[in-house]
Amino acid sequence: MDHILSATFLTGLLAAMMRMATPIIFGTLGEILSERAGVLNLGIEGIMLMGAMSGFLTTLHTGSLWLGVAAAALSGVLLALLMALLTVTLGLSQHVSGLGITLFSTGLAMFIYRLSVGSPVNPPTVTPFTQVALPALSSIPILGEAFFTQYALVYVAFLLIPVLWVLLYRTTWGLAIRTVGENPFAADTVGISVPLVRTLCLAAGGALMGVGGAFLTLAHQNMFLIDVVGGRGWISIAMVIFGNWDPVRGAAGALIFGLLDAFQLRLQALGVDLPFHLFLALPYVLTVVALVGVSRKSSAPAALLKPYRREEKG
Amino acid sequence: MPTTVMTERIAVRSPQKSPAVRASFPVKAREQEQVPEPVVEMRAIRKTFLDVVANERVNFSLRPGEICALLGENGAGKTTLMNILFGYYAADEGEILIHGKKVSFASPRDAIACRIGMVHQHFTLVPSQTVLENVVVGSSGGRFFLDMKRAREKLCALQKRFGLAVDPDAPVWTLPIGGQQKVEILKALYRDARILILDEPTAVLAPLETRELFDTLRTLAAEGCSIVFISHKLYEVMEIAHRVVVLAKGVICAERSVSETDERELANLMVGHELAGKTATARKAGAALLSVSRLTVRNDKGLDAVKDLSLDVHSGEVVGLAGVSGNGQMELADALFGLRVPTSGTIVLDGAALPDGNPKSRVDRHMGRIPEDRMTTGLMLDLSVEDNLVMEHHGDFRRSGMLDREAIGDHAEGLMCDFGIKADGRRAPARTLSGGNLQKIILARELSADPKVVVAAQPTRGLDVGAIEYVHGRILEARDRGAATLLISEDLDEIFALSDRIAVLYEGRIMGIADRKYATKEQIGLWMSGIRDVLCA
Repeated sequence: MDHILSATFLTGLLAAMMRMATPIIFGTLGEILSERAGVLNLGIEGIMLMGAMSGFLTTLHTGSLWLGVAAAALSGVLLALLMALLTVTLGLSQHVSGLGITLFSTGLAMFIYRLSVGSPVNPPTVTPFTQVALPALSSIPILGEAFFTQYALVYVAFLLIPVLWVLLYRTTWGLAIRTVGENPFAADTVGISVPLVRTLCLAAGGALMGVGGAFLTLAHQNMFLIDVVGGRGWISIAMVIFGNWDPVRGAAGALIFGLLDAFQLRLQALGVDLPFHLFLALPYVLTVVALVGVSRKSSAPAALLKPYRREEKG
Repeated sequence: MPTTVMTERIAVRSPQKSPAVRASFPVKAREQEQVPEPVVEMRAIRKTFLDVVANERVNFSLRPGEICALLGENGAGKTTLMNILFGYYAADEGEILIHGKKVSFASPRDAIACRIGMVHQHFTLVPSQTVLENVVVGSSGGRFFLDMKRAREKLCALQKRFGLAVDPDAPVWTLPIGGQQKVEILKALYRDARILILDEPTAVLAPLETRELFDTLRTLAAEGCSIVFISHKLYEVMEIAHRVVVLAKGVICAERSVSETDERELANLMVGHELAGKTATARKAGAALLSVSRLTVRNDKGLDAVKDLSLDVHSGEVVGLAGVSGNGQMELADALFGLRVPTSGTIVLDGAALPDGNPKSRVDRHMGRIPEDRMTTGLMLDLSVEDNLVMEHHGDFRRSGMLDREAIGDHAEGLMCDFGIKADGRRAPARTLSGGNLQKIILARELSADPKVVVAAQPTRGLDVGAIEYVHGRILEARDRGAATLLISEDLDEIFALSDRIAVLYEGRIMGIADRKYATKEQIGLWMSGIRDVLCA
């Protein structure tokens, strides 16, 4: 057990935490943006899988990693626009529409992948992103290697946290988004278009979710598997609640989850005589426990799940 | 505050206008008549919702610096007409001219650009955000970053100019209703509104707050703002307005200058028939059937909303519990109904304590419950009229374990006839009934079982004059049969019309109890504002 305390172990653990947290940060930020405007996007799990697939295939065929990322974002936007059509324009149930999109995208992702590469014995791979050491910062002992020798998308994810925070709390757009999510009637009476704000937030959120998926096939791994997302979309939704719809706190939740995930991998490697499934379950179990504690005090946007129509009597 | 000022400020509901007010306007009105160009002209407006006509051939105009009251019963089309002017609804026919220029509003954004502002009856505020955020939202003029410093300066200037004091940094949920209304007005003024529409602004205010609102409106009008004041309270219209337009069934049926009319004429115009005066002849009260002692109840935020409250209601009397909304009425009613568990205290019905948080015990012990929100608590809108009528007693309508539809139907037919419930048959979903008829379903269910105790929370909120008369009649009838009745209401007129004793709830405590015979509206109004015994000892 000694080497648990060693510097190498710590560096490895923290670096893995960052990697594990990144797709969940993308997902969480995307979901926060949607929910702050009043739409729960349960399509997130499917959108992340489509992002993983389309990012992977684009890179496989073009050789460009960043084109892959762009394709993943685009697929996220398109699916989110479908979600917007169902829930914002038509005012259908957000639960049913979101789950429908997840089911639809899961099937579609597998279908396109099969069409494109067939079923080879060895699945195709791409050359993934490599870690970029930031000058100066990466030479800080222990922490430098963990935090500042990472994939570019990790830096993007962490940059997006303050960006989204500033957007929500320091800009006129953010105030409009929050008002739409809290009281769409109030937004409407000051001339803010509720459908437009909701659609844009869903679309931008979908792009983030797609990129989160692509991180899994273009950086974290180098191939596409049907279970590559593995519930990270659902975890993101839990992190939104954990973070009380705040980007910084939501991302903090994602980091804690990443840390637990990284830790359980290492526990498995230690060869403790317990079924590895128990370790796999650990971060999820702790997420549930954390949610029980936190969500009692949380306050969701008041108009979440509520479709908005100008009230017409009838 | 000197006592004399208080007296003058509190006399809001008195129908006689103070001479100063009466004198000041007509002079101004005559001045303006020489410059007759109206700021707003609505011509031949027609609006239908599905096949219900809300407005028909309505011509409405508004002159600069004028306070125009739009008077009418619920459902007369007042709000609809103003929502059209505010761009929230599109009219089916007709045109709108602002300063003589034809406009067409696709959304409130266009109306705001024409300097029209509207304070809706149900506030359009975000409770979790601050006053400043609520005021600023949507008024950026294309800037990306919020400039709170500039916004704060502008807001404070407006506050000073119009005497609308609210803390810009307070979250809106912490403000009393009157404060929230100020935020709504500031919101409109912040957008440079020169035409201000207020939809039943006094419905939720205490007399003192109403006074303040009227002062603000007079200041605004004096600065040249044109104001539309939607109301169905005649004495207010007489006090604040310069001109009255009466709407009935979607059509403008009369227009009067306030100086040329009186309350009586307006009432008849509004209702279309003479109103019978309500009579609440006091009867001798009997034994205490409902005793609340040392009751403390928390609200949803975990704060004490009802504090150590004790109150007895006797057989054959109506105790009216007056108070401004948010002073613990809802929590008290919930505790009485068994929907909320009090932290301490007891509720005794006819000699036996009621178990906390147990609604069924109330049904079993014959408490008639008329809840504040008939739409969500009182009724199941998607169920039929007959199902709603047996909701509390469906156990009595069982045959070999199944519901006896025939008996339920007979029961419903009987009650619908007795209580005059107008519906498309007893199987019609409750949703399809009007507000007045929905309330009749509740009355039929709760009062037909001959309750010992009746607790009625805001029983006439949102009903029109005819329906209010009916509800009042039924409540008095129950009292006359010996029921102990607790009437929780924010409507002082209602309190005075029905009660034998009047208690005032302020911040969860009883401020005072007075016999109706000796109570004055001024006294009750003071209690409602938390001022104890300044005038009358």
